[in-house]
This record gives sequence, C-alpha cells and structure tokens, in this order.
Amino acid sequence: MSALRTSGPARAGQYLALLAYLVFLAFPFLWLVSTAFKPAPELASLHPTWIPEEPTLANFRQAFDEQPLLRAAGNSLVAAVAAAVIAVLIATPLAYVTARHRGRLTSAATGWVVVSQAFPFVLVIIPLFLILKNLHLVNSGFGLVLVYVVWSLPFALWMLMGYVRAVPAELEEAAAVDGAGRLRTLVSVTAPLLAPGIVATALFAFVTAWNEFFFALVLLKTPEKQTLPVVLTHFLGAEGVADLGPLAAAAFLATLPSLVVFALLQRRISGGMLAGAVKS
Amino acid sequence: MAGFPRRRPGAADGGRSVSSVTATKRPGRTRTPRAAHGTRPRGPDLGAWFLVLPALLPILVLSVGPLLYGIALAFTDAQSGRTQATRWIGTLNFQDLLHDTLFWDSFRIGIVWAVGVTVPQFLLALGLALLLDQKLRFRWLARALAIVPWAMPEVVVGIMWRLVYNPDAGILNETLRNLGLGEGRDWLSGLATALPAVVLVGVWAGMPQTTVALLAGLQNTPRELHEAAALDGAGAWRRFRAVTWPALRPVALAITALNLIWNFNSFALVYVLTNGGPGGRTRLPMLFAYEEAFRYGQFGYAAAMGCVMVAAVSVLIALSLVRRLKGDQDR
Repeated sequence: MSALRTSGPARAGQYLALLAYLVFLAFPFLWLVSTAFKPAPELASLHPTWIPEEPTLANFRQAFDEQPLLRAAGNSLVAAVAAAVIAVLIATPLAYVTARHRGRLTSAATGWVVVSQAFPFVLVIIPLFLILKNLHLVNSGFGLVLVYVVWSLPFALWMLMGYVRAVPAELEEAAAVDGAGRLRTLVSVTAPLLAPGIVATALFAFVTAWNEFFFALVLLKTPEKQTLPVVLTHFLGAEGVADLGPLAAAAFLATLPSLVVFALLQRRISGGMLAGAVKS
Repeated sequence: MAGFPRRRPGAADGGRSVSSVTATKRPGRTRTPRAAHGTRPRGPDLGAWFLVLPALLPILVLSVGPLLYGIALAFTDAQSGRTQATRWIGTLNFQDLLHDTLFWDSFRIGIVWAVGVTVPQFLLALGLALLLDQKLRFRWLARALAIVPWAMPEVVVGIMWRLVYNPDAGILNETLRNLGLGEGRDWLSGLATALPAVVLVGVWAGMPQTTVALLAGLQNTPRELHEAAALDGAGAWRRFRAVTWPALRPVALAITALNLIWNFNSFALVYVLTNGGPGGRTRLPMLFAYEEAFRYGQFGYAAAMGCVMVAAVSVLIALSLVRRLKGDQDR
C-alpha cells in the first residue's frame, strides 16, 4: 500500500484527527481501570482524578466477597468453550460444501446469515424459553449452550465460507489427480490450510458467547448457574458511590479474556474477516 | 501488530499462499469444466451433502422452529404460570397493541435510537477508516485501540459509561468543571439528557464493526485509480467522490442496513445504563417486550410485539435502501 504523498500541514491534521479518535475510544476504558484501582476515600472525593493516588487491590477483594464471581466466570467459560467448539464442528463441513458450490446455495446461506440478524431476539427467546422449559433445560448450562450454538452458527458459517474460498480448488484437484481420495484430500490438503481460519472462527464464537447477556439473563435463574455478565448486573442493585470500586474491578476482570482473544485475532479482523462480504 | 512475532507467510494467512504444493496446470490433469447452470453436483459432493445434512436438520429445526412458534404465539393468550390451556385469540393482541400508547412511545424511541446511533457512527467510522487507510505512524496502535469497544461485553460497556457519567465521581462532570463549563449534571437521570447520553454510548460501542467493514472496503479499492486521479490533478475531495466512494458504496449500504437492525433490536447496553428510565425515556422496544414477557409473563402479547418489530425492521431496511437509491439519481 503506497500512500499518496501528502503535504506537511495535511499530514499534521491527520495525526491530530487520529489522536482525537484515540482519546475518544480509549478514555472510558482508562477511566474504568482507574476506578477499579482506587481506594474508597478517593472514590468518594468530590474531585476525582485520573490516576489513583494510592492504588489498591481492595476493590477486587470486595468484588469477590460480594458476588460469586469465580463460579460465574467458570460458568461463562464452560458455556463459551462448548458453544465455540460445537459451532465450529457443525459449521466447517457446512461451510465447505456451501463455498464449493457457488450459486443458489451460497446466496441462500448468506441470506440466512442476514435474516438471522434481523429478528428481534424477543420473538425467538419466548418460544425457546417455552421449549427449553418443557425439556427441563431452563436454568441449565446445557440449554444455554444449545441456544448459543444455534445463534452463533450463521456468522461462523459465513466466516468459514470466506476461508474455504481462499483455499484454491485447484489444489484439491491436483491432489485428486495424484491419486488421493476425497477424504485423504480433505484431511491432508484442505484441513491444514483451513486450520487458522477455523481457529479464528472458534475464537470469535467464544468471545461472542463470553460476552452474551440477553439469553443468559432470560434462561438462567439462580446465581450459581449464571454467567459473568448477568452476575455483573447484580452489582448495580444499590446506586451508592461506595459500590463503584468493586463494580469497576469486576467489570475490568470480565473484559480481560475478550481483550486477549481480540488481540490474537487483531490482524485477521482488520485484514480479511469481512472480505467475504465485500467481494460478494 | 507490534509485539507479535512475524508469522511465516503461508502458515497463518488463511491459506492465501502455498509453499509445499504447486497449483500449476499440469498435462493430463482432468478438470471438470464448469458445470452449466442447473446441473447436478458431481458424485463425491453428494456424499458431502450426506455428511452435512444430519447437522443441518437440527439447526434448521432449532432456528426456524422457534421463529414459527413465536409468530404463532402472537395469536394466542399464552401467559406464564397459568393453569388453563392457552387459547387462540386471533388478532386480539395486535388490536391491543394498536392502542398501547406505551408501546408506541417505546417504538418511537427505538427509531430515534437506531437512526441517532447509526448515522453519526457511520460518519465517525468513515473518518477513522480513511485515516487508518493512510500510512501513518502509530497506525497499529490506533487499530488495536479501535477494536477495544468491540471486544468488550456490552454489560461492561454499560457499566463503564455509568462510571463516566456518574454525577459526583464521574470523569465527565469533573472535566466540565475543570473547563469551567458549569457543574455538570446527572446525565442518565435527566429527562432531557438520558436519551442523548445513551445514544452517545451506542455510537461509541458500535464504531469498531463499522470501521472494520469500511476499512475492508477501502482496501479493496484499486490504488492505481487513486494515483491516476492524483496525477490528473484531482483534489482529495474529488478523489473521494470519484474513486473511493463508488467503491465503498456496497459495503457502506450493507453495514448501515445491518446497524439499523442491530440498534433497533439492542438490549443489554441500555438495560445496564438506564434500564429504560427515567420515566421510560430510554425504554427501547426490546426492553419493553422483555418486561412484558419475563416480568409480567404476557408471552402472547410480547410475541405480537416481536412480530411488529420484525415488520418495522423490514421497513427500516427498505427506507434506507430507497434513500440511497434516490441519492444516486441526484448525481
């Protein structure tokens, strides 16, 4: 990418604009971190500061005392890992077959992805709730995983289709000519090339499930079953200044896994994740 | 991205480059010519279909089933915790909805929110995408930071902005005080300020997705065109109008339509920020339907709301498309 030559003042303007964007995007998160490490007296001060004068871990301790955060994180982790693995296992063969047949099937799959985004979840959640209730799967991690898989599948399928298209069909044909059977070709030619894409898709599905709130709120009733985002909202009960510290500490911790995964995904996200949509 | 070891090309780039196998045409390679439209797939692929179908069927049942069930529920008096059987009541729910002023208030708020978030967000994201497309120093940092709001759980985004907006301990009012702009106020509780305050959070939270989509679109525009236009003496604005925008339009249209839908249906962010308050000023349709279904147990009525919202979303998309097409004719 060769940028066009830009004059000095214009370039300076660009840097200034970039700085403004950075400040806008980063300041709420920095404030969250700052609040998480502030001792109670500083939180109650009438003139809050950006940098905690005496940083402390007391908020984190208090957060764990007030709410069952560890168990909630465990619930979130189990649900997110299970949902990601199952979704990818189902979506990969689907994506492969769909992507190798351009035409009606591909547009049908893409259409399904778009349509599935368009429905208010409330229309789907009520029947799902009733179905799961009849199956005695309300307030169970298994029921939640089931919902997450169905819900993250369209997007996983769409992502994977892009990755399958990036594997040239000629390679598979060449392998077939060399005498490899269909399965052998898939295992030794296609799969290794697809692996990074599969991992990226799984990570994305993981974060989606880890962050999800609405379904978890509706389907999980008791605190020992609830996922992290739902438990976080329990901190919001009393609107006292004293509760801000533990609230910020818990929220900060809940964000870390997502940030780590996104850091891993960063290059693919900016690079080619939406290429499929653009090139259609 | 800095801090990461450079990957070997071909190892993890989505399989775009291949090192071990060559994909050149070789004599004797039998390649099936591209099948004419409407012919059946080749033999082995039928086998692949059988592999896929067992997975596909339960998914279709689990995704399409609830949808149809949900539409059917809208025509019943289904409620939670009732002993009598659910009955068909025809369009009674929809008739009640027509006269439900609270619902239409929330519907209006939903539209204001969807448009109020989508439009500024698009403009901001476009500006950022254009910047990130330039060869600037610190671009990696900008890209990393630009994605942070996307990575965060919506609940955390809501909590974070509550800390920012907090009337006493929040950084927003403190900044205003330091700049001599008055004492600030309780933004999320003020009748007049609550909706603008949550809209700002919505803009912030959804910026990454829009930026990434637009950036992907930008990177697909042919560079040569830009350079040719520059050689012809076209200024930056002319280049944007003549080269960048036409290439970007399909992506812009798609992401705008999707954003309108997502925002109209959003829930978690506002649930955490205001829970629909003050006095229902930020009660988005999803919050309203959620309360109807899971606080008051009116399943049938809430399902009818869901149906109306689906219809509204379809209209939203149609409108956004029509407006864009009209914009084309003006050129």
